[in-house]
Amino acid sequence: MKKILVACGAGVVTSTSAMNKLQEELAKRGISEDKYTLGQSSVAQVESLAPEYDLVITTTQYDNDAIKVPVINGLPLLTNIGIDSVIDEVIDKLDL
Amino acid sequence: MNLLSPQLVFAQVDFNSADEIIHFLAEQLKKENKVKDTFEQAVKSREAVHPTGLPSGEIAVAIPHTDVQYVNAPAITFATLSHPIIFHNMAVTEQTLNVQIVVMLALKNPHSQVEMLQKLMALFQDQELLSKLMQISSDEDLYKAVSKHIQ
Repeated sequence: MKKILVACGAGVVTSTSAMNKLQEELAKRGISEDKYTLGQSSVAQVESLAPEYDLVITTTQYDNDAIKVPVINGLPLLTNIGIDSVIDEVIDKLDL
Repeated sequence: MNLLSPQLVFAQVDFNSADEIIHFLAEQLKKENKVKDTFEQAVKSREAVHPTGLPSGEIAVAIPHTDVQYVNAPAITFATLSHPIIFHNMAVTEQTLNVQIVVMLALKNPHSQVEMLQKLMALFQDQELLSKLMQISSDEDLYKAVSKHIQ
C-alpha cells in the first residue's frame, strides 16, 4: 500500500480539491483506491509527516532538501493544465 | 446547501489591488455574518505566505481563503473585475498573474463541500465560459449564470 501526502497552504481547501482530482485521475488509469492511501496536511506539516509517506504532492511552492521522498507539484490537479504528466509522475514514482 | 447567494456575487467591480478586493469581499461576508471579524486579516496574511492565484489560462482566477476557524457559516463570494489585479501564483510564489476573477471561499468543512469545489475548479478551466461571465454587467445576471454551474 503506497502512501501519498497531499499538501496545500492551510491544508484544507485546495488539498481537498487536489486529492479528489487525484483519486479520479488514478481511477481513470485503472488504479483502484486499495492500492494507495491519501493523507492531507498544510505545507508547514510536510517536513514532520513526509517520513510516513512514499510521495508528497503540494499545490503551493515547496522546496525543502530535508524531504527524502519525491515531491511533486500538484497545481495541475487544480487547473487541469498538464495533469497527465503529473499522473504519469505519480504512477512512475510509486510504481503503481 | 446554497453556498452562493445573490448578495455575494459582484459583476465588473473596480479595485486596484489584491488587498482591496479581499477587503471588499470580506466585508460582504461579514455583513452576511458568514465570517468572524478576524477573517479578513487571516486571508491577507495567508495570501502573503501562500498566494492563491491560479494560472487557469488566459483568464486567471484567485481563490483567497483561510483556515476554517475564521468562518461562521460556509459561503463563497464571486467577483469579476473591471480590470485585472495582480495576485501571486499559488505554485510559483514569485510569479505574478493578472487575475480577472476572484472567488473568495469561506468554508467550514471542505470535505463535505468537495463536489462544489470540483465544480468551481471545472468552471475555472472553462475559459470560454469565463470570458462570457466577464461580459455580464449586472450582479443578478452574474449570480444566475454562475449558480447554474456550481450548485
